[in-house]
Amino acid sequence: MRSLVFIALVFPSVCQSQATIVDASGREVRPPAKVERVYAAGPPAGLLVFAIAPDKLTGWTRAMRPNEAQFFAEKYAQLPELGRLTGRGNTANVEVVLKAKTDLIVDVGSTGATLASLASQVQEQTKIPYALFDGRIETTPAALRSLGRLMGNEGEAEKLAAWYENELKSARQRVTRVSSHPLVYYGRGVNGLQTGGSGSINVEILDFLGARNAAAEARTGLAAVSLEQVILWNPEVILTTDPNYWKTIWDDARWRGVKAVAAKRVYLSPNLPFGWFDFPPGANRLLGVWWAGKLLYPQAFGDVDLRAKVTEFHRLFYHREPTAAQLDAMLGEPGVSGK
Amino acid sequence: MNSRALTYVLAAGALLGLTALAFAVGRYPVSLGEIFSLLIAKVTGSSHSLPANVETVVMQVRGPRVLAALVVGAALAAAGTAYQGMFRNPLVSPDILGVSTGAALGAVLGIFFSQGIIFIQLFAFAGGLAAVGLVYWIGSRLRGHDPLLALVLTGVVIGTLLGSAIALLKYLADPYNQLPAITYWLLGSLASISPRDLGLAAPLALLGLAPMLLLRWRMNLLALPDDEARALGVDTRKLRTVVVTAATLMTAAAVAVSGIIGWVGLLIPHAARLLVGPDIGRLLPLAMLLGAAFLLAVDTLCRTIATIEVPPGVLTALIGTPFFLWLFALARRSW
Repeated sequence: MRSLVFIALVFPSVCQSQATIVDASGREVRPPAKVERVYAAGPPAGLLVFAIAPDKLTGWTRAMRPNEAQFFAEKYAQLPELGRLTGRGNTANVEVVLKAKTDLIVDVGSTGATLASLASQVQEQTKIPYALFDGRIETTPAALRSLGRLMGNEGEAEKLAAWYENELKSARQRVTRVSSHPLVYYGRGVNGLQTGGSGSINVEILDFLGARNAAAEARTGLAAVSLEQVILWNPEVILTTDPNYWKTIWDDARWRGVKAVAAKRVYLSPNLPFGWFDFPPGANRLLGVWWAGKLLYPQAFGDVDLRAKVTEFHRLFYHREPTAAQLDAMLGEPGVSGK
Repeated sequence: MNSRALTYVLAAGALLGLTALAFAVGRYPVSLGEIFSLLIAKVTGSSHSLPANVETVVMQVRGPRVLAALVVGAALAAAGTAYQGMFRNPLVSPDILGVSTGAALGAVLGIFFSQGIIFIQLFAFAGGLAAVGLVYWIGSRLRGHDPLLALVLTGVVIGTLLGSAIALLKYLADPYNQLPAITYWLLGSLASISPRDLGLAAPLALLGLAPMLLLRWRMNLLALPDDEARALGVDTRKLRTVVVTAATLMTAAAVAVSGIIGWVGLLIPHAARLLVGPDIGRLLPLAMLLGAAFLLAVDTLCRTIATIEVPPGVLTALIGTPFFLWLFALARRSW
């Protein structure tokens, strides 16, 4: 009996097509009869909506820059900039959402009480259903399925969710074969002295890969640490998202004694069209799982063809395969595979 | 020895003791013996058998940071002392003419345009100078007012304008990457000080401190109305320009490497005034000693009490607020 109730809650469409669904924050959202236009409140949401049904996305959070636009078909790259509605600092206003003739508002990311109450308030104001989904890597398949149901694209969403699940499973299986786990430090910002503690969304990939995060003891989200502390941790691998930091670390006497620098194991994550490792904190980070997996565990991930992974992810989620030149540029960027 | 001289000696002694302590503590354990043998090796030019990371920590990381705390603390306290005396106002801080806000705008621009650390610091330094230059230029053109009042009011409004520009950039910045970087810069920190930062900021700060120390006895006259000072044979306009230039130079140099660290420039002049009275000639050297010691103590706590860095501005405010209130309850004498 309990499992039936569970099924009814999680898969309402199975029971009744117009029944409400429960979003990740526990709010009930009634799926609109027909969804043609979806407003994504932030970049991770835009990415998922676009992956499921690119023609239903009304616009990006911010206009695409040329280096990002090159990865998308022109009509999608030119979608208007609508601003973000939630998260840190709104740049959209509710009238913009209304003017875009939106049928559904979606946000993917944190599902805490603040965002839930904002969603309820906007839904009240606009009478447009507003759903929140969890943006973590592990919950991406579930978010894809729920979103697909809300948008009336169950088929497309299921295909993506199943593929994503399979990728995660394949990565997880490789992780179980790993015997030695190097100590990893994630350095953010121009000086590389901001990092993510245990459980922080910024280092979700490290947690997923079962890596030993040097800053695990910090137990905070993003945090600033001192260089002395990093030298004390003495990480064997440093991952970063900041090209300025990656460039300067090699000539900086202060970093010279750190094992990762001496062993030239400092790596810069690719960031186009969306970052691979940290931000935006959405489905895009699957590529970071493969990238970091190969760097941290060269043996267990040795057979992973990063080029093929990028091509497939782009085809499914961005609806266009990168050209050979684009792949060369992306993977040949200084730092992506070390110095 | 009179009591005033004793105050200076005690302050200098406390500063020396604190400096030694600051060198001895940190997240990376370095023993006193190791520091001592490193010091011997450096002075005599002989080799030592210490681990390479011990030398890196002491010479490249902790050493520059300790010295930067001394320089930044002294510079902020000196600028605060000069401005409080000049504007005859106990609530004046080094930022009254917009130097920190201008520096912040410069740094935020640098972060917004994804520049490296050198350009961020350069933008911050230039921003601080430019902001005060603008305030001074406008303020000295507002005729028919008390020149000091015109300067302060211009500083306040221009500061507000620059503040809105910072707010706009924060609003437009990438929320996942740039916004946290901006927030960290605005919180201030000495965590990332490198020998190069110190090499750039310290000479500029000293360049500002030198004329101020030389002119410190005459700076008392800045508090007088212009005509009275002129009767005493002092061109206050010229003197004011020199003092503002010197204070701006050292504050901009300090803020460019440390970000905004509040309270030092406001609190320390009061503490020093309590000890030696309002005469700037006596006040300025003591304020510099106390400012250096205060920021060094705060920064040492910031880098040692937790795995993660504590923003110094938070500690200076926690210490500063009750101290400031206590000071005002205690001191009834005119400052």
